Amino acid sequence: MSMHEITVTVNQAPFTREVEARTLLVHFLREELGLTGTHIGCDTTNCGACTVILNGRTVKSCTVFAVQANGGEVETIEGVAQNGQLHPLQEGFWEKHGLQCGFCTPGMIMSAKYLLARNPDPTEEEIRWAISGNLCRCTGYNKIVEAVQYAAEKLNAPEEMPA
Amino acid sequence: MNYHDPSKPKQFDDRFESKHAVPEGASKTIPTSQEIRITTPAEISGMGHRMKRKEDPRFLQGRGNYIDDIKLPNMLHMDIVRSPYAHARIRNIDASAALEMAGVVAVVTGKDLEAHNLHWMPTLMSDTQMVLPTEKVIYYAQEICAVIATDRYIAADAVEKIVVDYEPLDPVIDPFEALEDKVIVREDKELKTNRIWHWEAGDAEGTDQVFANAAHVVKQYMHIPRIHVASIETCGMVANYNSATEKMQLYMTTQAPHAIRTVFALVTGLPEQKIQVISPDIGGGFGGKVPVYPGYVVCAVASLLLGKPVKWIEDRSENLQADSFARDYHLEGELAADADGKLLGLRVRGLADHGCTDAQANPSKFPAGMFSICTGSYDLQAAHISMDAVYTNKPPGGIAYRCSFRVTEAVQLIERLTNIMAHELGQDAAEFRMQNFIQPTQFPYKSPTGWEYDSGNYPAALQKAMDAIGYQELRKEQAEKRARGELMGIGISSFTEVVGAGPSQDFDILGIKMFDSAEIRIHPTGKAIARFGTKSQGQGHETTYAQIIAEELGLPAADIEVEEGDTDTAPYGLGTYASRSTPTAGAAAAMAARKIRAKARKIAAYLLEVSEDDLEWDVNKWQVKGSPEQAKTIQEIAFAAYTNHPPELEAGLEATDYYNPPNLTFPFGSYICVVDIDKGTGQVSIRRFVAIDDCGNIINPLVVEGQVHGGLTMGLAPAMYEEMRYDEYGQCLTGTLSDYLLPTAVESPKWETGHTITPSPHHPIGAKGVGESPTVGAPPAIANAVVDALWHLGVRHIEIPITPERVWKALREAGVND
Repeated sequence: MSMHEITVTVNQAPFTREVEARTLLVHFLREELGLTGTHIGCDTTNCGACTVILNGRTVKSCTVFAVQANGGEVETIEGVAQNGQLHPLQEGFWEKHGLQCGFCTPGMIMSAKYLLARNPDPTEEEIRWAISGNLCRCTGYNKIVEAVQYAAEKLNAPEEMPA
Repeated sequence: MNYHDPSKPKQFDDRFESKHAVPEGASKTIPTSQEIRITTPAEISGMGHRMKRKEDPRFLQGRGNYIDDIKLPNMLHMDIVRSPYAHARIRNIDASAALEMAGVVAVVTGKDLEAHNLHWMPTLMSDTQMVLPTEKVIYYAQEICAVIATDRYIAADAVEKIVVDYEPLDPVIDPFEALEDKVIVREDKELKTNRIWHWEAGDAEGTDQVFANAAHVVKQYMHIPRIHVASIETCGMVANYNSATEKMQLYMTTQAPHAIRTVFALVTGLPEQKIQVISPDIGGGFGGKVPVYPGYVVCAVASLLLGKPVKWIEDRSENLQADSFARDYHLEGELAADADGKLLGLRVRGLADHGCTDAQANPSKFPAGMFSICTGSYDLQAAHISMDAVYTNKPPGGIAYRCSFRVTEAVQLIERLTNIMAHELGQDAAEFRMQNFIQPTQFPYKSPTGWEYDSGNYPAALQKAMDAIGYQELRKEQAEKRARGELMGIGISSFTEVVGAGPSQDFDILGIKMFDSAEIRIHPTGKAIARFGTKSQGQGHETTYAQIIAEELGLPAADIEVEEGDTDTAPYGLGTYASRSTPTAGAAAAMAARKIRAKARKIAAYLLEVSEDDLEWDVNKWQVKGSPEQAKTIQEIAFAAYTNHPPELEAGLEATDYYNPPNLTFPFGSYICVVDIDKGTGQVSIRRFVAIDDCGNIINPLVVEGQVHGGLTMGLAPAMYEEMRYDEYGQCLTGTLSDYLLPTAVESPKWETGHTITPSPHHPIGAKGVGESPTVGAPPAIANAVVDALWHLGVRHIEIPITPERVWKALREAGVND
């Protein structure tokens, strides 16, 4: 199996590694970089537990080779909180009880983040479709929808003026 | 801050133009008429507080620690070769090409395990299951042998290099054919038959008499299909045997770490103190992580033989195709009523398809679990159940799917039959239930199959559901629509659950009594750690157990660390399944806290220089009666317990409780579902779904809502989407998540949830357990709604999952051709 040197910027830090051509992006993130927040829940691209943002779009990282991310920028769940502050999506999931076992949560948050980046004021139907590629077995989804609504509202609120 | 990029026009997933209506609005909470009992302020957050979960920050930031996140030095990886046949003799396994590959360390076969007498293992139901086969395989995707390699990719490559020579045999897939014993699944058994057990409950003669004199009898066959829990995290293990200390550390996805440690000790002969089972964060369990699967055993043995850590993580396909399954009951039920429509008796015959082994994790005296709860919420004179179980060439069967021991099957049966009877008699489904319910004055109620229901108020729950949904208006709307030829249905399910196993005299797993435990230690600074024999898989124990202790001791829940899942530190317990954690370990938490409070009283009396009798407890302190300014808070007492305790007392402030419940608990609820059906396509749309649950006293309303929502979606799933299917050769047709359809956010309705509160009289905090009620109660509400929409056309029953195809066929058979 041929080896390739790749450089991928993950959560704003560049990483250069030698990988097999067949190494999946999710394994690169988890095994090479130790970013185990991105999970694996299936082998058919159905569950969305491995969702990350690659070059501004969500991808299921089990269906992308690491070499395809060469030169690219990846955002994972580990990069969502900034300066020790939870992102409004993370706050929303916490406030609204949008998670139980937590296994689908990172992928769910990445899909929701991508949605809000494109559509800051989504309808309920738009939220449901946007996370329809992410399976959750615990919550029944209603509270995830409410979590995304909470985040949209918070992100759309005018920023507080510094005193 | 605004993420919207104005340079890009808003374009939202129009390629996914919705084919059916998406539910509007998020969930709805129906106010609880009886106040949820709150006795502590928010800063303490005892019972009843809507406290945000303490475990969430790590999950929200990708900092959970699940099985596949565990990485040990020099760790090897295991992958498994699986059978392409459901029934075949193994002529030869040639692993030579695999063993020549760089990075392959070992191949473990059934013959290797046989040398250590580890090729078979017990199931939790005292049946036996192959770990790896030495002679024949008996289900599709059965484990054949395992490869251990330095890397998971190499292990997967090596699996492809192993050549297995099979002699295919005729399989038996249909359980009714299995009864004929033409193909014997288990040749290893002394008796050459596929029959596993025959079980009866109730009074056969009395029931026959009731039926002989009944004015009305309805009869219906139904299949409760085989389904799979499909937790989003699959199963896995990291086994770490240290040959120097002779200690075996088993990190594994298990809901019952202590029971598993004992089973491992008994099966392998390793001394139990040298086995440490650690159940890390678990990505959903639902019953699927109670059993021991062959992969776990092979992984542990590989580590033992190689002296290195070995990791095994299932693929999703392996998880769906080979792990144990739930349900698969074929039932024929008969319900009898008198001329006035008063229900009299129930008679059931059933056939349980257990696949290749009885892999249930039921209490050992209960081969069909709690199925005999099937008289449900109705006051019947007599009931009788007769059930047979058979082997077929399918994966191990009989575990739970978010259901406590066959209650879902029981509830589907009685709630469908009740509806059929109401329809047959031309009575309204709600009124019919009201007149047949066990009345609140009848509790504790002795059921005709021997259960003693602890408490209930069934009419109140149904009435609340009817009021919330606007039942009478919906019936009017339905009549108008029917006149126009539109199909709308209203379905009710008024279920009774039975959870919290259980009293030691009757409930055990492999002989281990089904108590559960809590150990609380209060530190000198007034903070605490509490450990339990249960294991959360998302239920929120780190929060709810802390709230129970906060309620009892007045320590802020935030100051109480809850730990589970490490058998070296946690007290022994039977684990988390069957909605038993709150009824058992939750009770133990309260009882252990009360022991601490009793000791705290002695310390307070010493510090205040008064008699114990002069003290009274108030939220978080012992105070002098009539002189409340003289008081010692629990924090002051904790400090004194280590610095200034009474000389006649031991130092420290800690307690352990092993709680043996005096009875099971019987949560209940009434659900109402409204569906609209497209006559052209057979598509069923759930327009509304109101769920009124009664789980007794509520520890955390937020967590309970989450449990109910999740359970409802896991009830929707088998009602409309999920079924494990096999072809005539026993090949699994639903072996990936592309074929086995889990509901997504688009299918999951807007749940409208609420409560009545009828405390359990025998539970220390009056709680009953809730995690599985909605999974049990939802399917018949949906099925009853669909049949209600079609009854006037002559449709009497539709099997679950109610797919558009099944509805479309029923409509065509009824002569509807729009």
